[in-house]
Amino acid sequence: MATGTTPTTPAARGVLAPGRAAISAPHLRTDRWWLSPLVTATALTIFIIYATWRAFANGDYYSAPYVSPLYSPCLASNCTDMNGGADWHLFGAWWGLSPALLVLVFPLGFRLTCYYYRKAYYRGFWASPPACAVAEPHAKYTGETRLPLILQNVHRYFFYLALPVAGILTYDVVLAFRDEHGAWGHAGLGTLVMLVNIALIWAYTLSCHSCRHIIGGKLRHFSAHPVRYRLWGWVGALNGRHMLLAWSSLISVGVADLYVYLVASGVFDDPRFF
Amino acid sequence: MTHTAHFKVWRGDTDGGDLRDYEVEVNDGEVVLDIIHRLQATQAADLAVRWNCKAGKCGSCSAEVNGRPRLMCMTRMSVFAPDETVTVTPLRAFPVIRDLVTDVSFNYDKARQVPAFVPPKGVPAGEYRMQQVDVERSQEFRKCIECFLCQDTCHVVRDHEENKAAFAGPRFLMRIAELDMHPLDAAADQGLVRAASAQEDHGLGYCNITKCCSEVCPEHIKITDNALIPLKERAIDRKYDPLVWLGSKIRRRQG
Repeated sequence: MATGTTPTTPAARGVLAPGRAAISAPHLRTDRWWLSPLVTATALTIFIIYATWRAFANGDYYSAPYVSPLYSPCLASNCTDMNGGADWHLFGAWWGLSPALLVLVFPLGFRLTCYYYRKAYYRGFWASPPACAVAEPHAKYTGETRLPLILQNVHRYFFYLALPVAGILTYDVVLAFRDEHGAWGHAGLGTLVMLVNIALIWAYTLSCHSCRHIIGGKLRHFSAHPVRYRLWGWVGALNGRHMLLAWSSLISVGVADLYVYLVASGVFDDPRFF
Repeated sequence: MTHTAHFKVWRGDTDGGDLRDYEVEVNDGEVVLDIIHRLQATQAADLAVRWNCKAGKCGSCSAEVNGRPRLMCMTRMSVFAPDETVTVTPLRAFPVIRDLVTDVSFNYDKARQVPAFVPPKGVPAGEYRMQQVDVERSQEFRKCIECFLCQDTCHVVRDHEENKAAFAGPRFLMRIAELDMHPLDAAADQGLVRAASAQEDHGLGYCNITKCCSEVCPEHIKITDNALIPLKERAIDRKYDPLVWLGSKIRRRQG
């Protein structure tokens, strides 16, 4: 018994194009192919909404000795005093908006041009394609051959910029081993949250495909560069978990910021380990 | 154990076709290709299907099973529930010839467009010496059995016929990456910068690294992570990175 398929029309495109097997359905997948892009788009949307609110809030981002990763380094004069922290007033008093906006452009650019996130949002938001062998809805496709998407090729420069940002966040974590009066030898739940966060941020940053290329991937003769070959192998091992690290570090940034927000806004006191 | 499965198989040619229903016996341990052969033997003697090794190494029996590009010989029937309808169609990115057989000559045209390995000067054939660490990246790509499932699933050409002229597809971009990483390839001495050529002549920029090629590869080659993204990074070195360009002018790049 035949089921609903007809020859394609000349105006048809993609899998419906003339010459291809005449199947009217744009795809025949029977599994839940839509689940992954839906979850991806939902999770990214939630983070974008949360991070946008927090970035513009300009408050409750510091509770000694903890600083939110969204507000470090703090580069404007309207920053809260951070007791030896990374509040460097490079931008002076003329900057009246939230100081987070000055620095978030770097991690945002790093993640926006990241090879994993590109896959995630091309599939989740742009449906290009929504899933493998599922027809995309767009009539034309030029990929990353022209503006604006050709700018994705700047990813390595955002990687370079992500390194000092991660370094400053590491400095913040070191300072989190001081108590609220600046005395060393303190650790609270906030210290642990920041420690996990910075470990994940470093792992995500170093697992970057551009990092893998710069460290050793660009070489043709690994045998002539044994140290870089070894480093390339380590970065490659991390790189295999790039998706996992992208999500876990994104979540940890949100959790660290939320933790600081809750402590700074007086919702609860930071439990102290020692 | 034996059960009767419900199959839908696309039957037709360039003039049109349809999905036809078959009830067919399935035994333990069988794969989709076994069922297609049983259909040929019992119900559809004129069913056209391309196959050869039945071991996942010749790359002939590529098709789409329940909408997913797969080798029929490597798709076990046990992955389907006994009451599940199994739909088998030809590859939908290429022109159909008849039933499950498609014209994959697009891939051979693209293969011919990739300049071959350039032997190093002064080293006679048979005297090539390379260290294992230098060739192991390329060796991963040599596992390719040319089933063209990656070419079939890549939305750049699957959903946009007009891109076929400009885009080589993941299999042949991987071939360029293989040669660009080859420790003895001397193409650069002849003025051929393979990574830049991948961008300019073979459509590397069309790839938006959505990884479907890696998902369908029956050899589990990490096409995107190990070939396409490294090739993109190498193209960036040559075309978009002013620091690397400056470095190449100051001292001759080696590696």
